[in-house]
Amino acid sequence: MADEAKIESPSYDDVISLIKSKFGDKVQFRESTKKNVRSINEKRRIFMSADREILLDLAYFLRDKLNFEQASCVTGVDWVDHMEVVYHITNYFNAITVEINVTIPGDDLHVPSVAPVWGGANWHERETYELFGIIFDGHPKLERLLTPKSYEFYPFRKSYKLRGQQ
Amino acid sequence: MAYSSILNWIINRDDWVNTVVNGVDYSGIVNMSPYAGYNLPYDIGVKIWESLGGLIAWLINLIFPGNPVSYTLVSDPVTNAMAIILMVVVIFAIGFVVNLTMIWQERKFLGRQMDRRGTMIGPLGYFQCLGDGLKTFMKENVAPRDIDKKIYWWGLTLVIGTSVLLACMIPLSPRWYIVDFNTGLLIIFAFFALAPFLIMCAGWAQNNKYSLIGGLRAAELMISYEVPMLILFAATVYMTGSFNIGDIISWQENNIWLIVPQILGFIVCVVCAVAESERVPFDLSEAEAELVEGWQTEYAGMKWGLIMLGDYFRGYVACALVCIMYLGGWSMPIISSFDWYYQYLPELFFVLKTCFVFIFFITARGALPRVRTDQIVNVGWKVLMPLAVVNLVITILVKWFIENGGVF
Amino acid sequence: MAAEKMNADQMWLTMGPQHPFSHGLWTLRVKVDGEIVTDAEPEVGYLHRGWEKECEQRTYQKIIPMADRLCYSASMTWSHLFCKVAEEALDIEVPERAQYLRVVADEICRIQSHLMWLAAVGTDAGNLTIFLWALREREFMLDLNVRLCGQRLTTNYPRIGGVRNDMPYYFERDCLRGIERFEKALWDIVKLTDESSIFVGRVKGIGYISREECANLGITGPAMRGCGVDHDIRRDDPYDAYGDMDFYVPVYKDGDAYSRFRVRIEEMFQSCSIIKQAMKKLESIPKTAPYRLKVPKAIPEGTHMARIEDPRGEGLMYLISDGSEQPYRLKVRSPVFVNVSASKRMVQGVRIADIPTVMAMIDMCLGETDR
Repeated sequence: MADEAKIESPSYDDVISLIKSKFGDKVQFRESTKKNVRSINEKRRIFMSADREILLDLAYFLRDKLNFEQASCVTGVDWVDHMEVVYHITNYFNAITVEINVTIPGDDLHVPSVAPVWGGANWHERETYELFGIIFDGHPKLERLLTPKSYEFYPFRKSYKLRGQQ
Repeated sequence: MAYSSILNWIINRDDWVNTVVNGVDYSGIVNMSPYAGYNLPYDIGVKIWESLGGLIAWLINLIFPGNPVSYTLVSDPVTNAMAIILMVVVIFAIGFVVNLTMIWQERKFLGRQMDRRGTMIGPLGYFQCLGDGLKTFMKENVAPRDIDKKIYWWGLTLVIGTSVLLACMIPLSPRWYIVDFNTGLLIIFAFFALAPFLIMCAGWAQNNKYSLIGGLRAAELMISYEVPMLILFAATVYMTGSFNIGDIISWQENNIWLIVPQILGFIVCVVCAVAESERVPFDLSEAEAELVEGWQTEYAGMKWGLIMLGDYFRGYVACALVCIMYLGGWSMPIISSFDWYYQYLPELFFVLKTCFVFIFFITARGALPRVRTDQIVNVGWKVLMPLAVVNLVITILVKWFIENGGVF
Repeated sequence: MAAEKMNADQMWLTMGPQHPFSHGLWTLRVKVDGEIVTDAEPEVGYLHRGWEKECEQRTYQKIIPMADRLCYSASMTWSHLFCKVAEEALDIEVPERAQYLRVVADEICRIQSHLMWLAAVGTDAGNLTIFLWALREREFMLDLNVRLCGQRLTTNYPRIGGVRNDMPYYFERDCLRGIERFEKALWDIVKLTDESSIFVGRVKGIGYISREECANLGITGPAMRGCGVDHDIRRDDPYDAYGDMDFYVPVYKDGDAYSRFRVRIEEMFQSCSIIKQAMKKLESIPKTAPYRLKVPKAIPEGTHMARIEDPRGEGLMYLISDGSEQPYRLKVRSPVFVNVSASKRMVQGVRIADIPTVMAMIDMCLGETDR
């Protein structure tokens, strides 16, 4: 990228084209098929999947270049054979929310932490860690937050059955 | 023994001068009495013991006629001693009732300000405080384990003790006092300033961080509000020329209520009095939002109840001080010139005036949020203190004009 | 922290979980140097009940009342948010009448939630009059809730594809009267707070957070708009009928507790205006118009996300459906959860006496924080 200046309010197409030119194939965009959802119709939702290797670069790019200032949410999903971390990143100026899906293999539950990039992701990552066992590398304080410190299991995994859920 | 109603004795206050009333010689008691003049509580004590001790003596005499115990019970020295004890009870009881009335007044007024009813038990909700007191009394008396036991208990006792003592030391009229000190106002101030120190000790002794902070805040508050209060006090004393409360009030009665020349002092004094009695908005030492209950955190059950009662005693004393220093105490503008006023009413009017001053306190509590620690010290030193000095200067000028020009 | 070397100048003070300032069960451990706070560590989780996991074995309809229980005073927005994410999953647009009814219910909920906050501010600042006056006004709003939804707090009003019931008779009259009355009554409370120099002195200049830091820490809602971020999901990312509403978003640039206070007070007035507009619009929609769509029980496979402006900030739900009648995963983004994580930054440098007032401007609600 030759142009390093921050774009305060990038348009929907700008975001897609800039990310495509920067990261190429490592980021795959998905088109939503929904017709009646207003924010998708008005192009305020961008769905993409990224490799975990480039996640941190992508995060810094989104924040510093495209002015996505806030990490709304970090979600862990247990797909039984593998896991997935979903990030929702918001730009305050045009209300575009980017959804980034990062797939993690089930035998190596590591993903780079975005807490140094967005402070708001801090507790979400802690929560995901304690409930799913996904380890966020580089997190400033990866400790249990909601559950007791003595827990040795990850209650939100699908393998953890609630009563009557056999 | 000759018997007539207590009311009759109260009305015939000239009895005291004539030591022989209804054929009974009171000169022995009068000589033994600690008071040179007429003292109503002591008088009530004498009369109560005359009827109570007389009844006991009469009953004993019925069973064992001519025994020495009956004569000892109604003899002058025993009557005098019992009269002093009963006088203390009477003074405390009146102070207590006034205090309960002020609590009730606060709850009722505050309730109306907050658009609710306030207390509802008993006539106009008056018995609610008694019920609350009983409920607190029924609580278990618990103390934390790792406390400094001596200071924990002594701090509590002395805080409550000095507060009650202060309330008892406030004279309600020329005839209603415990001790008629020539430095009465000074002593009241001295006791008033004692409590924050004890609060600090009690806060330290509880082995609790909240109470420690609360105790230190109390000391902070004392330092910043004692000074303007004393300067105001100096102005009053300078104007009236006496430390004696009776003299201060009679000066105001003869000349003018000090609120007129010292309106500035009155305003500052009300603010300082609120701070001194540690009420909202200056109740930093027990700020319940951040310090749980401040220095009272570890005092549970009736200990807390007594502390609260002691707080109201201090509130009563603060109001009474404002009343004495600026509102002419028990004197009233026109009606106190009639004879019957000093026979029947001065105590009542003094208490009413005190309750009137208390309305300012209640309104402040209803309208204002709590002030922060740094702000409170700022207000104390940068606003109230200069105003108090200005008030002193005005007082000196006024006094100079009176003496040299005769403005009044 | 336990391993930290002992420092005689400073001490750790544990405020909570049962402390008058923590409106709910949470702990703020603060390190104090005298009266000045030098460090802080919020601790939550006392109410963690695995809400998201619980949802995974319930049908979608059963989750609506559960969503109400996320936050006691903003229940309407949470069930609304869940219905919205389910509607997005079904790819349907709710009928117009339902959209406006939801807006009315949402704004009533916002007003009563803000009044609950105002009451809490009153006690935190040490004045019970604010508390009682605000709660008195809140009761009128709850009465409107009762008229519209049949419940005071946990309304259970929205449904996937609409709302449960249409307006009852004379609701429009009652609502407009109540709102007009409220607008007058709110001025009384404003006089007690905003025009009181002691109150303003208490909240002004404390808990400062810059705009960049606020955005980075993910603070949302009135706390964010008090820091100068001009963003409101109702306006910028409109949902339901909010796109048709004419209202302004109060933004203050000071970034202190006072500006957050002002934002919330002004939001209440804006909510009144929104309710009035929505009522006017509802007049033009025939009463016979549908207020609810019939929707299938199962939701097709896919991932869905919806955002909403909660009274406390940005509420976000992320739903993964696997084609069955139960969600595969439902994630709730609670605004307070993120806001409270920034409390460490907010209380640094203030006095102990300011902690309640600073934290009051977050408007804690532990049900949604711990989920």
